[in-house]
Amino acid sequence: MIKAGVRETTATDAAAPAPGRRAPRRPGRAGRELGRWAWGLAGILVIALIWESYKLLGPADGVVLGELRVLPRTTDLAMPHIWDMGTRLAEPVTRADDALPLWSVVALAALTTLGIAAAGWLVGVVVGIGLALVMQRWRLAEWGLLPWIVISQTVPLIAFAPVVKSWGSRVEIGSFEWQDWMSVALIASYLAFFPIAIGALKGLQSPDRIHEELMQTYAAGYWSTLVKLRFPASVPYLLPALRLGAANAVIGAVVAEVSTGLQGGIGRILIQFAGQASGDPAKAWAPIFGAIVLGLVAAGSIALLGVILKNYRRTEEAA
Amino acid sequence: MNHSRRRFATIGGLALAAALALTACSGSGGGTGETDGGGDGDLTPVKLQLQWLPQGQFAGYFAAVDQGFFEEEGLDVEIIPSGGDIVPQDALANGDVDYAIAWVPKVLGSIEQGANLTDIAQIFQRSGTLQVSMADSGIDSVADFEGKKIGSWGFGNEWEIFAAMAAEGLDATTVQIITQDFNMNAFLQGDIDAAQAMTYNEYAQLLETVNPDTGELYQPEDFNVISYEDTEGAMLQDAIWADTARLADDTDYQDTTVKFLKAVIKGWVYAAENPQEASDITIAAGSGWGPSHELWMVNETNKLIWPSPDGIGIIDQAAWDKTVAGALAAVNESGAHLITEEPPSTAYTNDWIQKALDELEGEGLDLTGEGFEPIDVTLEEGGN
Repeated sequence: MIKAGVRETTATDAAAPAPGRRAPRRPGRAGRELGRWAWGLAGILVIALIWESYKLLGPADGVVLGELRVLPRTTDLAMPHIWDMGTRLAEPVTRADDALPLWSVVALAALTTLGIAAAGWLVGVVVGIGLALVMQRWRLAEWGLLPWIVISQTVPLIAFAPVVKSWGSRVEIGSFEWQDWMSVALIASYLAFFPIAIGALKGLQSPDRIHEELMQTYAAGYWSTLVKLRFPASVPYLLPALRLGAANAVIGAVVAEVSTGLQGGIGRILIQFAGQASGDPAKAWAPIFGAIVLGLVAAGSIALLGVILKNYRRTEEAA
Repeated sequence: MNHSRRRFATIGGLALAAALALTACSGSGGGTGETDGGGDGDLTPVKLQLQWLPQGQFAGYFAAVDQGFFEEEGLDVEIIPSGGDIVPQDALANGDVDYAIAWVPKVLGSIEQGANLTDIAQIFQRSGTLQVSMADSGIDSVADFEGKKIGSWGFGNEWEIFAAMAAEGLDATTVQIITQDFNMNAFLQGDIDAAQAMTYNEYAQLLETVNPDTGELYQPEDFNVISYEDTEGAMLQDAIWADTARLADDTDYQDTTVKFLKAVIKGWVYAAENPQEASDITIAAGSGWGPSHELWMVNETNKLIWPSPDGIGIIDQAAWDKTVAGALAAVNESGAHLITEEPPSTAYTNDWIQKALDELEGEGLDLTGEGFEPIDVTLEEGGN
């Protein structure tokens, strides 16, 4: 057992950038990684267990306090069995001859939404960091822009979505024609840019005065200070902001799909299968699981970005 | 060392960004899945806004695309499904689309608020709305609604309920209005005494659900069904709406309108004669219902269209007047009226649909549905 652990450590260390230095302190990275996954899995199992035991023991009509139902009904209609939802995922989506299995329909839709959300996230990153740069450079811009950035997030999405779609249907520049998915990506970026702008601004402003003055003594201009000092210093603030932005982009994309009726994404099958939830209750849960996986994948991609930028993350608390 | 690492970080970041952008492109390519059709220079582009997701309710339009009826008329029709927040008459009034499908009472409300729209074809000749309760509930007519929990979707789908209640001397305060979801679960679990249901959709949802008491599917005998078509509240539903101003002085639009209506008529005649094919076409066009539910939907939709004694799409003056009277009488649960005065005379016209029908005369099509026979559809569990 111990032997295996040691061998594991040396194997990972061969690939690590600084061998030897950190090795003695760790109990085995692979083991720790495995433990992390095991705990995650255990968490899911616990939720499944709570679900099934409440379904078994809870009253069929749920728990009602006065007029308010505080715990849901336990009928198969309201809470299908975990295994029913699982087996439903493997069955074809409908009885039609060429119907794909439900899980693959959900996966395809989730991929579509992920693509749209990623496009929205990218726009959000560019706009958010751009705004942060402007606000960091000029105090006046911060005073003038920041309130508007905050107010922008109070506009309800259901009011905003039809307007964006309506504008989009009129955009036609040369051979470029606005596509419906772009409206959805735009709405996703609208939600994504906010935490990024705020986080990036905080990060760009984070270097200590002493460091700024040191750069001045080097006669460094704005740009070299930005590249050598401010950007590296902003990474610990930026990464959580990017992760928030990614989550927002996914939510924005799903909601905007529902709102504008875009075909192909997870939002669309969410309402479609909700309409089939009376006769096929387990089916309606499939896109919900798809949306959860989608959120995890989006947040996970940011973790990948964090690995690339890990040299700048020394001061970051576990985000 | 430090420099190269930083460069590596930058390159890595760029690569990730590019990868994300690429997924975005590929994802959207698969997502929209619509043909561009921009290559045919001769076809007039037309946009038709539906009032909900693609489904059998709109089978005739999808059939007209699939069977090339629009193309024969020189039109390249793009059918735009609606979502939660897209209101068809608003999209039409904004000029986003050329024609829209919407229920008459909803658009009457928009017209009173200033939209300039005209009903050019009344595809559904009768109302398909039901109010469904359990067989032992004692709710046999609208008069029995008093004191009950009445389900409604809201968003303008509720006016038949209030018009029918007004005719019985009931107002919205005498009942508890409960907003319904996309499915019938709230009704099946007893949160709603009488739920709103369309003959072609939610009623079928009930009949494809397993009754936990018997272990079999629910049967029609398990329910009391009130059809608004039999009440004073009946209102005209799916109609094709056009832009009034363009209809008045844009000769290209007038021309396109007649061509468009001709193809739509052919599409619905096709759906009446080939319900199974029309159902398959609708599923291929992106409808997510199971085959038995979709076929049921096409068949029930056909029943709302046919027979049309004066020809499909002709607006029956009596039915129109009844809709307007109901709309004037209805008051919702927050005390609001749908409309307060008679709609303008431009709100409907039979000119264009009559012209389309006349041009189709002699092509051997059954334009009144004399020979229409509905089929029997067996619903499977979950609509599959």
